[in-house]
Amino acid sequence: MSFDASSARGDLILTRITKEYGDFKAVDDLSLTIPKGSFFALLGPSGCGKTTTLRMIAGLEEPTIGSIHLGETDITTTKPYQRPINTVFQNYALFPHLTIFENIAFGLRRRGIKDVDAEVNKVLNLVELPHLAGRKPTQLSGGQQQRIALARAIVNRPALLLLDEPLGALDLKLRRQMQIELKWIQKEVGLTFVHVTHDQEEAMTMADTIAVMNEGKIEQMGSPADLYDNPETAFVANFLGQSNLIKGTITGNDGDSIIADLYGQKISLPKNRSHAVDNSMYAGIRPEKFRISLLDTPVSGNVLTGGRIEDVSYIGVSTQYQVEMPWGQELMVFEQNDDGVAPFNKGDAVNISWAPVFTFALRGDEDITAGSEVTPEDLDEE
Amino acid sequence: MQKIRTPYLLLLPGFAFLFTFFILPIVNLAQTSTQTPISGGDTGQYEQTLRFQNYIDAFIENREQFGRSFVYALIATLLALAISYPLAYAIAFKSGKYKNLFLVLVIAPFFTSFILRTVAWKQILGEEGFVVPTLRTIGIISDSTTLTSTSFAVVMGMTYNFLPFMTLPLYASIDRIDPRTLEASGDLYANGFTTFRKVTLPLSMPGVVAGTLLTFIPAAGDYVNAAILGSPNTKMIGNVIESRYFRIVDYPTAAALSFTLMAAILILVTLYIRKAGTEELV
Amino acid sequence: MSKKIAEAAAPTISPVIRFRRWFGRNLIRVYMFLAFTYLFIPVAYTFAFSFNDSGKSNLVWKGFTLSNWQNPCGAPEVCNALVNSINIGLIVTVFSTILGTMIAFAIGRHKFRGRSTSNLLIFLPMATPEIVLGASLLSLFLTFHINPGFWPTVIAHVVFCISFVVVTVKARIASLDPRLEQAAMDLYANEFQTFRRVTLPLVAPGIAGAALLAFSLSFDDFIITNFNSGTVITFPKFVYTAAARGIPAQANVIASGMFFLALAIVLAGQIVNRRKAR
Repeated sequence: MSFDASSARGDLILTRITKEYGDFKAVDDLSLTIPKGSFFALLGPSGCGKTTTLRMIAGLEEPTIGSIHLGETDITTTKPYQRPINTVFQNYALFPHLTIFENIAFGLRRRGIKDVDAEVNKVLNLVELPHLAGRKPTQLSGGQQQRIALARAIVNRPALLLLDEPLGALDLKLRRQMQIELKWIQKEVGLTFVHVTHDQEEAMTMADTIAVMNEGKIEQMGSPADLYDNPETAFVANFLGQSNLIKGTITGNDGDSIIADLYGQKISLPKNRSHAVDNSMYAGIRPEKFRISLLDTPVSGNVLTGGRIEDVSYIGVSTQYQVEMPWGQELMVFEQNDDGVAPFNKGDAVNISWAPVFTFALRGDEDITAGSEVTPEDLDEE
Repeated sequence: MQKIRTPYLLLLPGFAFLFTFFILPIVNLAQTSTQTPISGGDTGQYEQTLRFQNYIDAFIENREQFGRSFVYALIATLLALAISYPLAYAIAFKSGKYKNLFLVLVIAPFFTSFILRTVAWKQILGEEGFVVPTLRTIGIISDSTTLTSTSFAVVMGMTYNFLPFMTLPLYASIDRIDPRTLEASGDLYANGFTTFRKVTLPLSMPGVVAGTLLTFIPAAGDYVNAAILGSPNTKMIGNVIESRYFRIVDYPTAAALSFTLMAAILILVTLYIRKAGTEELV
Repeated sequence: MSKKIAEAAAPTISPVIRFRRWFGRNLIRVYMFLAFTYLFIPVAYTFAFSFNDSGKSNLVWKGFTLSNWQNPCGAPEVCNALVNSINIGLIVTVFSTILGTMIAFAIGRHKFRGRSTSNLLIFLPMATPEIVLGASLLSLFLTFHINPGFWPTVIAHVVFCISFVVVTVKARIASLDPRLEQAAMDLYANEFQTFRRVTLPLVAPGIAGAALLAFSLSFDDFIITNFNSGTVITFPKFVYTAAARGIPAQANVIASGMFFLALAIVLAGQIVNRRKAR
């Protein structure tokens, strides 16, 4: 083979990658290091450049500017078949004219591996489908095809496994099951997985590290908990889960905390969760962090008074409220149904409170609708 | 560099062949069409005199056959469309797992010789066949009426012979229609006829266009049906061109007629494709 | 089950209405039956008259005999014509399939300048009446003092078969998921291996169909052949010439034989395809 598998192992490093199609920049000056052995997710809405990035890593596209290294080896312009990188394609791309066995053996045979039978059987056992070796792809269910596509890729023990929306074609229940299975297989074989998806829940379930992409750039990168609890931009705050973003002004410091004024009411938040650059800011609170209380109930922490319940939806584990604030904004509140307290009613006058540590702050010049109009279920590809 | 050259290398042999044996002959035909006999030369010897009057002479002399060719071809095309559409629809939507079998059956008759089948029609419709005596007994036709050597026989023969050229493209485009769109149409208060007119027909338009072209073009240039099933009164332009070449050895007139026929067909086809709005067909 | 109950509950329906309902339900089937009858009448006639104890002119039914089938070459020239047609058909199939498939790959798999012109050049031979194709080639051959015959006929057939091959193979290429080729490259197959192991096997049924189409178009062609074959007699030409004085029953035998052979090939192909898919 033209690549030396031992030297071309290590971290995947993308350096200042730009990909242009005519005037359109699909990927814009992107730099990224994916550590060896990690489960890494590229998350973003349709057209954010995540699939283009994946195709450049696979070698199916060449970057307009920038370089891609795998360990010490520059692979920017090498052909797909010269890279120790394999892909689980969207809709699987199993060869319809070959049996399951031959599909899995395809890469091994091209690489001139001796003991094809043993390798194929081993991986068929790993995905628990050894009885399907003689079938054709069209005779398999979606979930089975998915596992065979995975087996066909990992049998080659690539330095890097790319997964392009691998679970997009499965129904919800099967998707959940496969998420757990994929994570288990990644631990079992110890490969680096790079997973592209528009489904934030899927990314958070499986990945150690998530890079949120928007308009060809990385908005923020970190662990799922980091991204959720401490988003740096409105796009991340809205694309991962839901957020209440309230306009305010920073008025002072108190030790490790910042004091801010939201429409005349004082709140505090941790310094390390503030991404504001000057005095103007948006305070962000996740809906499940809010607590609702009637006006005469004593509360601690941050409090916003003068709310009025506008809408109540009971959804089993929780109840969702729309609370209208004096400045006209409607806040979203999720209350767990675990305290035996009767739900509040439409029209109730209430206060809203939360622990200061659950507050984050964004720059005051953010577009607070960013990332909220895109529907995560949107299956269109870029 | 390699990548840019690949398609041209693939095209080269085929297009070199088509250029030599399709484009050049057409150019050569155009040259022949304006030649005149060498004075004092033998039969079949011609010289280039750029006599465009050849076209006018040829057309005026044979305008009746020209008109007949286009009328026959048009009727045969419409008949083939009327017969094929329900058939293609039935195969696509109503034949379940026997779809491929029926499709093979549509093509199957055309594995028997085209000429032989036409001759078979001549005998079936002829005096010794079973159709004419039966119709006479019932009284649908009079004793003196015959079916062969008539325009009816020629048009029927053409309809029959070009039928699969209509059915196959129709089937291909009807088969692509998602049956749920037809159900949706019914769900949105369209009756069967409205559904056909507003949904099925527009969606199958590419097949209708391809089918009518593939039927009309060979039908307009055909002379075998007219020769076998017709009479001197049903001669088409193809018969004239054939006899100019082989019997009269009048190459310029034959070339002028061929060129006129091709130009007329190309103009009609272009107008038709424009009108039908399916230019991606080309 | 439910049908029986409905009938039992309404025992007074008149036979007329019942027939009308049956007819309404089965209209499409009745239509298909009539249409296929129409398509097969001349085939059945040709087949039936291959058993006619006819002597020279096979016009009227004179009695059943197997002698025509036992001696299909019994009539003068008929087998010679058949052999010519098969030879021409095979050579035409090879050339037009190779040239047409190359063009189909160029147009179907590559973006290049002049692609729409190429499409037009492929469409033109199909939009040209056969008589014009045949006549123009004949006048080219005459201009260059080439005598019509076997090879001019082959060339003429390739001209009109190429376009049909291109259209058929191109349709198959268009239905190919580009991700399959990408997957092959991803799995360490270089360009040539990808073509040989994935692209070609997947396009092969289209190429086989195109080859069959080319053979049958060439085998059955009369008009273009008549212009360019000179003294070489092909099977359709033999039948056409014989039609004037009576076609020997052996021609019916050969045509029927070809019919069953082609039908067997197509059906076998379908069964193989279905096996492969299973």
